[in-house]
Amino acid sequence: MLLGPSLAVSAVLFALGVAGVLLRRNAIVIFMCVELMLNAVNLTFVALAQQLGVAGQIFVFFVMAVAAAEAGVGLAIMLAIYRHRHTVNLQNINLLKG
Amino acid sequence: MDGTLIIFWGFAGLAVVSALSCITRRSPVASALWLVVTLFSLAALFVLLDAQFIAVLQVLVYAGAIMVLFLFVIMLLNLGPAGPTDLKGPAGLGVGVLLAGGLFVQLLGLARAAPSPGLVLPPGAVARAAAEQGMVPAVARPLFAAYLVPFEITSILLLTAIVGAVVLAKRKL
Repeated sequence: MLLGPSLAVSAVLFALGVAGVLLRRNAIVIFMCVELMLNAVNLTFVALAQQLGVAGQIFVFFVMAVAAAEAGVGLAIMLAIYRHRHTVNLQNINLLKG
Repeated sequence: MDGTLIIFWGFAGLAVVSALSCITRRSPVASALWLVVTLFSLAALFVLLDAQFIAVLQVLVYAGAIMVLFLFVIMLLNLGPAGPTDLKGPAGLGVGVLLAGGLFVQLLGLARAAPSPGLVLPPGAVARAAAEQGMVPAVARPLFAAYLVPFEITSILLLTAIVGAVVLAKRKL
């Protein structure tokens, strides 16, 4: 069965997504890393759906819908920030840092 | 080692390598294109895991629609040539790698766990259901019966996202 290898691959992809969020400064690349994490979770759902029934595949639909909504709203926020600050580098967006 | 496992590890390796490239490339456009490669390899893994319809959706929705949206915004912002590096300094780099590595070790422990035997369907049950009912109906029937309420709530979520995106991105309402 492919369950164990799939869960291992999704662990690798999720950790890479977390590393990307923590290491990058460009807000758009950080968004892409969040998408990578969502995809790692999708792989977990599909791998477990093979053994536990088709409900896992239906959850992937909902994850995709939430990811699409998140990408739309998030990129609109990026546009609004860029219009105000003329950068999407998170080093320069530190108003809450104190 | 049979053929399925060889194909699985081939696409899994491609997914991991391209994800690594995605988080290390300097230019956002290169990152986005490497992420598209990851999404395509994940679609191949979904086919191997008896989820053909999800694999098609992955290519259409993720690699098609969402990544085009990302590339479009990168183009719209006209970010110009990337600086010498986009990564954080040595302290941030160390903390990030340490945290991600710790999380990876913990998640890898999860990969050895097996679902409780009472819940596991007989091997090949999902593939058999797809062969009997058709690939799309096997997913669609429960979606519109048992999961109808979450499905409708999803439509409200998407409507909210559309309105929110327009309000945020419009210069003057």
